Amino acid sequence: MSEQKNSPAQGMTAAALGFMRDDNEKFSPLALLTGVILLVGTILTILRFTQGLGAVTNLTDTHPWGMWIGFDLMCGVALAAGGYTTSAACYLFGMKKYHSAVRPAILTAFLGYAMVVVSLLYDVGRPDRLILAYPFVVQQGTTSLLFEVGLCVLLYLTVLFLEFTPIPLEWLGFRKARNIAVKLTLTLTILGVVLSTLHQSSLGALFLIAPSKLHPLWYSPYLAVFFFVSSIAAGLSMVIFEGSLSHKTLHHRMGRAYLEEHPPLILGYAKAASLVLFGYFMVKVVGITAGDNWHLLPTPYGVWFLIELLGFVALPCFMFAMGSRNKDPGLIKFSAVLTVIGIVLNRLNISMIAFNWHLPLDERYIPSWMEIALSIYMVTCLILVFRFIVTRMPVFDEHPDFKEHHE
Amino acid sequence: MSISRRKFLGLMGAAGLATSLSADRAHAASTKEFTGHPDSFGVLHDITRCVGCRSCEEACNTVNKLQKPAKPYTDETVLNKKRRVTPTEYTVVNKSVKEGGPVFWKTQCNHCLEPACASVCFVNAFQKLPNGAVVYDASVCVGCRYCMMACPFEVPTYEYDDPYTPEVVKCTLCAPRLEKGLLPGCVESCPTESLIFGKRDDLLKIARARIEKYPERYVDHIYGEHEMGGTSWLYLSGVPFKDIGMREDLGNKPAPALTSGALHVIPMVVALWPVFLAGMYGMAKRRDKIATEEKAKAIAIAVEKTENKAAETLSRAMEKAKKEKENILKRVERAKEKAAKNTLSQNSETKNGEDA
Amino acid sequence: MDNTIHTLQDFMLHTESNTYILMGVYLVCMVGFWKFLTQKDEEQD
Repeated sequence: MSEQKNSPAQGMTAAALGFMRDDNEKFSPLALLTGVILLVGTILTILRFTQGLGAVTNLTDTHPWGMWIGFDLMCGVALAAGGYTTSAACYLFGMKKYHSAVRPAILTAFLGYAMVVVSLLYDVGRPDRLILAYPFVVQQGTTSLLFEVGLCVLLYLTVLFLEFTPIPLEWLGFRKARNIAVKLTLTLTILGVVLSTLHQSSLGALFLIAPSKLHPLWYSPYLAVFFFVSSIAAGLSMVIFEGSLSHKTLHHRMGRAYLEEHPPLILGYAKAASLVLFGYFMVKVVGITAGDNWHLLPTPYGVWFLIELLGFVALPCFMFAMGSRNKDPGLIKFSAVLTVIGIVLNRLNISMIAFNWHLPLDERYIPSWMEIALSIYMVTCLILVFRFIVTRMPVFDEHPDFKEHHE
Repeated sequence: MSISRRKFLGLMGAAGLATSLSADRAHAASTKEFTGHPDSFGVLHDITRCVGCRSCEEACNTVNKLQKPAKPYTDETVLNKKRRVTPTEYTVVNKSVKEGGPVFWKTQCNHCLEPACASVCFVNAFQKLPNGAVVYDASVCVGCRYCMMACPFEVPTYEYDDPYTPEVVKCTLCAPRLEKGLLPGCVESCPTESLIFGKRDDLLKIARARIEKYPERYVDHIYGEHEMGGTSWLYLSGVPFKDIGMREDLGNKPAPALTSGALHVIPMVVALWPVFLAGMYGMAKRRDKIATEEKAKAIAIAVEKTENKAAETLSRAMEKAKKEKENILKRVERAKEKAAKNTLSQNSETKNGEDA
Repeated sequence: MDNTIHTLQDFMLHTESNTYILMGVYLVCMVGFWKFLTQKDEEQD
């Protein structure tokens, strides 16, 4: 396979991707940046676990959830939705031509959820009790939607792990174990979709308890539906976005099936994402009208709400449609990025920006640089592990010994 | 897979049974309307009687053995800044200067009849006791701080600076003292009877009577009677509650009712989503099967057609060949006949010649 | 001891706990039932 040269313009994500390249012996500025992130992250980790939450975060009693919940958990889970959307499309809805996309999507989802859990260990006050699964083992708060989210995330992480196991098993050459794992595909896929539906929506439902704190334009009895529907759009967009990112840096690792199926997959996903965003736009508008909150639109928060709704839902919906009509991969990738930003914006709005909107500005939460640095650290680690796995294991290509599986 | 799932169910089973088996209890009413623990206690805080002496704060600090503040309780300058409860102050007094002079009021946990903190806690660490107190069990708390997100009164606080064993902190209504038959520390210390402890039902009667008797002195609202489904702390005020930062837009819905809709959808998703998805899978599989069968059929037909054609061509060719063969045979026959005739006539000529 | 449920919170804790058990049992049954339902199809194929 031909070697690829990293161009400096590829951005930070690609930079981190490039860092772990097996053929990369040189000391590049990108590697330096990654190294700095890892070093700072490690120092802050020590600080967090020896000095407490107060030492690294700007969390207060009125803002008990900050960056690590708003970004790491809320966005991490939403953006890992590519796993269940892709495996459902391929194994349940009969889109067999998407087969080669399942593995990268499952791997991303697995690592994404793993990152979420690690972030939660940073965020909760007693990580030891989270590891010991207190909510499930010691005492169950079944009336809490967080109980449901926790249970589903735990189970789904297990499901994703089992869905992911054929990859290392093929790599290691454990044929028997691998075949058993493959046999579970249907059950795991259905269970995965059920669990995803539940916790994606329940993440939104977490905020149902606080109508007096969340801005009425974002608060809605339909919050659970909003979160579920938007997670589908997020998952589809992430597969497109991440696929094109990987294309740049990992082309040499991609098998024929992946390379052949990727362009039609992008078109299909763009069409699906466009349709989902169309429906999502409608349910968001229903949210406004059900709460009769039209009069709030000409306020600063209303304008911000409209920017989110028009700029990051309606616009990518239309652009996805144009892209899939004209078979324009460039436009599709741009729309995917826009959708991803839109979902991140939505989650941050609900958990941080439009939350506690009634408080004066000086009582509001702004994340400390250390919280942001640790979030970047998490994402960097995720990319490095992803990179490590795909350059070694059969993710983007088929293992020569196990080809018979793919029909 | 089956092992891990069974394990999970075992856990879930053990988990659920623990609560459900012990719950061989009757419901308060068959209509599933809940009115709270009967004869539970509460406190009525008459804001018009509060003079901002901070005796309650001091008593609270003493009975709960909290860290002493930097400034003494007699220092009234601390009232110039808006304060909230903290891990070392279960209750604080605030001051607001209005037209008729300064207004002082006390803040602490309101001990909801249907606590939002209890509703959202995923380890069930909060409990509404029959005596009215909402208490917190630090020994199970994971520190997710969802209770703080949920509390409409922004009461629970967190020990962010404790790296290893941080806890959520809030007023306990002096539940340990109540058990001993003692009054809550703050109530006991109040010199102006701005705080009255008693059965919530009685306190409501007292409050109503006061409003009726002195309509010019009180706004016609008992704060806490209906807010968020009702609280054990009740307030009377001479100024509108929202003017002193007590929110009147919280609504009267009890906290668990806010999430019950979403919770009730969960089992529906679990029950029907697999049915739908397995159905989709079955249909996709069937479509595939039909497509394969049709393909096979089409191929068979095509093959048959080709074969028929070939057979036809063959039979036509054979017929042709047969005809040709016949023709040849005929021609040969004719030639033979001709040859025989010729021989015959030659013979007779010879005969004739010999005769001549 | 008084076993009457007086609050919506306690009532929901009781019903939700039972619901979670039910959901777990159902999911396991679902797998078994699907196997039962499709077993003969697979034998024929």
